[in-house]
Amino acid sequence: MNVVVCVKQIPDPAAPPALDPGTHNLVRSGKLILDDSDAYGVEMALQLVDAAGGGEVTLVSMAPNGETSGLRTALAMGAAKAILVSDETLAGSDALGTAKVLAAAIRRAEPDLVIAATESTDGYTGTTPVQVAELLGLPSVTFAKKVEVDGQTVKVERQTEAGYDEVTSPLPAVVTVTAGVVEPRYPSFKGIMAAKSKPVDTLTAADLGLDGSQVGVGGARQEIVSVVEAEARSAGEVVVDEGDAHERVIQFLEQLKIL
Amino acid sequence: MSIATIWVLAEVADGKPTTTSLELITQARALAGTVEAVAWGPATAEIAGALGEYGATTVRDIGDIGDALPGVPVAAAIAGAVSAGQGPDAILFPATYDGRDIAGRLSAKLDRPVLTNVVGLSDDGGLVSQHAIFGGTQVVTARFTGEGPGIFVVRAKSFAAEPSGGAAAAVVPLAGGETGATNTATVVARHVEERSGPKLDEADVVVSGGRGLGDKDSYAMVEELASLLKGAPGASRAIVDAGWVPYAYQVGQTGKTVKPTVYLACGISGATQHLVGMKNSKNIIAINKDQDAPIFTVADLGIVGDVHKVVPKLIEALKARG
Ligand SMILES: Cc1cc2nc3c(=O)[nH]c(=O)nc-3n(C[C@H](O)[C@H](O)[C@H](O)COP(=O)(O)OP(=O)(O)OC[C@H]3O[C@@H](n4cnc5c(N)ncnc54)[C@H](O)[C@@H]3O)c2cc1C
Ligand SMILES: Nc1ncnc2c1ncn2[C@@H]1O[C@H](COP(=O)(O)O)[C@@H](O)[C@H]1O
Repeated sequence: MNVVVCVKQIPDPAAPPALDPGTHNLVRSGKLILDDSDAYGVEMALQLVDAAGGGEVTLVSMAPNGETSGLRTALAMGAAKAILVSDETLAGSDALGTAKVLAAAIRRAEPDLVIAATESTDGYTGTTPVQVAELLGLPSVTFAKKVEVDGQTVKVERQTEAGYDEVTSPLPAVVTVTAGVVEPRYPSFKGIMAAKSKPVDTLTAADLGLDGSQVGVGGARQEIVSVVEAEARSAGEVVVDEGDAHERVIQFLEQLKIL
Repeated sequence: MSIATIWVLAEVADGKPTTTSLELITQARALAGTVEAVAWGPATAEIAGALGEYGATTVRDIGDIGDALPGVPVAAAIAGAVSAGQGPDAILFPATYDGRDIAGRLSAKLDRPVLTNVVGLSDDGGLVSQHAIFGGTQVVTARFTGEGPGIFVVRAKSFAAEPSGGAAAAVVPLAGGETGATNTATVVARHVEERSGPKLDEADVVVSGGRGLGDKDSYAMVEELASLLKGAPGASRAIVDAGWVPYAYQVGQTGKTVKPTVYLACGISGATQHLVGMKNSKNIIAINKDQDAPIFTVADLGIVGDVHKVVPKLIEALKARG
């Protein structure tokens, strides 16, 4: 079974994020890393291919400046190869533009299953994978907390407001996984060395038959009007516990008439 | 009003429109001349009264979709109406699993972008939306350019639901659309994870636990404290992922948005994704042993201490009060 995993390469979430004051786009100039949310998808895909007894995992990513460091991390985990779409015309793409690029790249890999995360750490629109599914004409199951493949059927436990649903879908399909679906492995030293020589196919938007009216700023058809500081919630009283801090909590709850 | 018609996706739970659906209808009323709901399911007529009471004049009824996931058939029906020139100026979706699926599918079908994580909507010579970014420290205002309806996915509790006293909405069928091979995912079983006490997103008091509790067993003290305060227990994603509590307990970006009178965070660091789900609580109490934990920047009362010392004493004191 061949699985494509969409992996986003993002600025280190530990570093303070910033918007470009001119374009209002998220600044992505520094080194990018594998979005932690996608490590779950990579692990899930590796396990499903293992269980199927054959096939391989292909990564698909759209990122600026030919960035591959996040891809190398996922290749080191065990993915076989990657398709990277990187091109200046893609800057400023919104979720739908991104989905057009990913869908066109995925089509080349002809996968049995496409896996993505429910939402990215930096963009968190959470719509890209479903848009990809629609563009590819595939069924989709989002918010998977358990995934199994049985022949030509994928079986998913999908989170709901009330609990979870058991959902089945014929393959090929798009599945989005939540954090916690599996425990991602750490790349081994051997894996890291092997990743250096695994193939990364780098494409431009034009290679995929997409132009500036569909992707990038031109395709976005939405704009940021303003960015302002939110009304800050100020920190209140801080008490260091000396064995009696619970009394202050009780007092506070009494003031609020909770007690 | 520059906006003529807004459609709101009305979701149903326990035979009633969800609170978030009613919040969106309420806000749509303030923005547009006509507000209509879009609904599906075997018993849409039963919610027409409640939808009308909050201001929807019409329910566009897609009817029963059987065991299909709603994303594909509901988006196809809406897309059909829009393509036939019967669409509204904007469509509001609650930021739920199904709401996001439908909005994403619709966006690709219509080749229209979608604005997600909306926390505010206003009329500024056209509809504009507000989005909280960077853990709610900054607010972005955005708008659509180009033709076609605006597709907005709105977070729960962005608006207060208020009845308008309107008559029951008229139920008008909305024809299904073309789905091709996309509509083949099927729900084969539904599981409800029971929980006792008030609902997390409606409780007046929420007591949440995080990784600082140390282990799964310690979550029992969060539940006990919540129950003593007649509140609901909640959780950070860290302990949901670790399998200590079910997903339904999660507060934050990908979990529930809560706005209780008191939110008590026990052993939670206050990551931005947690803060967006609880920082609009009226009062916040945090217990954390690290005085530099970000949760203290939003806490009205911060206790720098060990949850294993403070919480048991708090429980004891509450029990002593009877
Ligand atoms: C796309 C995305 C979506 C996310 N969505 C959510 C979401 O919806 N909700 C959510 O909560 N998170 C979400 N997260 C995860 C979030 O970034 C944090 O990882 C998570 O909130 C951390 O949980 P925590 O505070 O329990 O754990 P930690 O960050 O590990 O914090 C534990 C805290 O406990 C304190 N502590 C330790 N021992 C004690 C003790 N004995 N007594 C008192 N304090 C102690 C520590 O000082 C620390 O501050 C999301 C992340 C991503 C990338
Ligand atoms: N630029 C990208 N490259 C690869 N995958 C992406 C990209 N953007 C989004 N995705 C995938 O879609 C998921 C949801 O992203 P988002 O819609 O940004 O929340 C991500 O977690 C990825 O799996």
